[in-house]
Amino acid sequence: MADDGKIIEKIIEIEVLRYRPEQDKEPFFQSYQVPFTDDMSVLQGLQYIKDQLDGTLSFRWSCRMAICGSCGAMINGIPKLGCKTFLREYYPRKLRVEPLAHFPIERDLVVGVEDFIGKLERIKPYIVPKEPRTLAQGEYLQTPAQLERFLQFSSCINCMLCYAACPQYGLDSNFIGPGVLALLHRYNADSRDGARSERMELVHAEEGVWSCTAVGYCSEVCPKGVDPANAVNQNKTASAMDYFLRFVLPKGASR
Amino acid sequence: MSARRPYVRSMDGWWRRNPFFIVYMIREGTAVLVIAYAVVLLFGVVRLAQGEAAYDGWLTALQSPWSLVFHLILLASFVYHTWSWFSIMPKTMPMILIGGKKLQPAVITGVGLAVSAIACAALFVLVMKLAS
Repeated sequence: MADDGKIIEKIIEIEVLRYRPEQDKEPFFQSYQVPFTDDMSVLQGLQYIKDQLDGTLSFRWSCRMAICGSCGAMINGIPKLGCKTFLREYYPRKLRVEPLAHFPIERDLVVGVEDFIGKLERIKPYIVPKEPRTLAQGEYLQTPAQLERFLQFSSCINCMLCYAACPQYGLDSNFIGPGVLALLHRYNADSRDGARSERMELVHAEEGVWSCTAVGYCSEVCPKGVDPANAVNQNKTASAMDYFLRFVLPKGASR
Repeated sequence: MSARRPYVRSMDGWWRRNPFFIVYMIREGTAVLVIAYAVVLLFGVVRLAQGEAAYDGWLTALQSPWSLVFHLILLASFVYHTWSWFSIMPKTMPMILIGGKKLQPAVITGVGLAVSAIACAALFVLVMKLAS
């Protein structure tokens, strides 16, 4: 009611792809009428549905501020974080929320992430020190240029939007994929790290960088400016260099 | 017993789902026209080896209206191919640091396009000089 000082709520239609494995043969769209204000995100719209309209709706979320990477979904067919996308952008038209593309649907908007997590573990996503170092030697020092080499790739929040944007991953999930390869590059490009040669085994492999066809949509949808397409494609050059340099260098190009 | 029954969605028609993928398919498709023109030129080399009459025949065939239309289509697709190629070039290159700062993608694309335009113009002038 405007006259007693309250904000008039607008109503937006949200269509959600539902899938309840115990009763549904296949997913179907269910429509909800959601009152919203201009500061409400798509995630808050889903939370309204769960709290007020339909408690059976399942979706993942945690931080509400684009840092946990849990609430990724296809919003009108585009991979986005629910918390970083606002309902006002779609009003007065309706919007469709579907689980992230290219992943198996477990229930409603919840997708299976085992494949992604398994790949993440394979790349050693941590710094393997080049040489043993004692506490007395103090901290590792890096120049701003050394930091710049990996900084953007370290912004990855594992939200998997880039996987939902990658048709190559959708067509063949053996592909390690953009996000994990970007993280692989983040550690390889770090001057403190000494495990490049081990990680390059994965880069060279069929499921490594060579499965990428440079569609480039991964970098478009990344909510953190990581540019995974750049990480993957500059490693094609690195992989080709390693291939040729092994003929001339005694231990190959990998240090 | 687990109640899990993961549902895998079909990838049929994936490239029609997003305008970005359509543009990608067009970019890849123009590579076919690049090959087509390579075949035309290769055919010219074969005709050249067969003697002057054969080569002149090939040149005359190139001047037919259909051939001119074909060449206009090729030119348009080559321009688009070049533009798309340099657009993704920044993604394929190692990071270039100048004074500790990352070189911006637009600069790499711009330099690439400028160099290819200059090279095309220089080649055009050279060929025209040789032909006259």
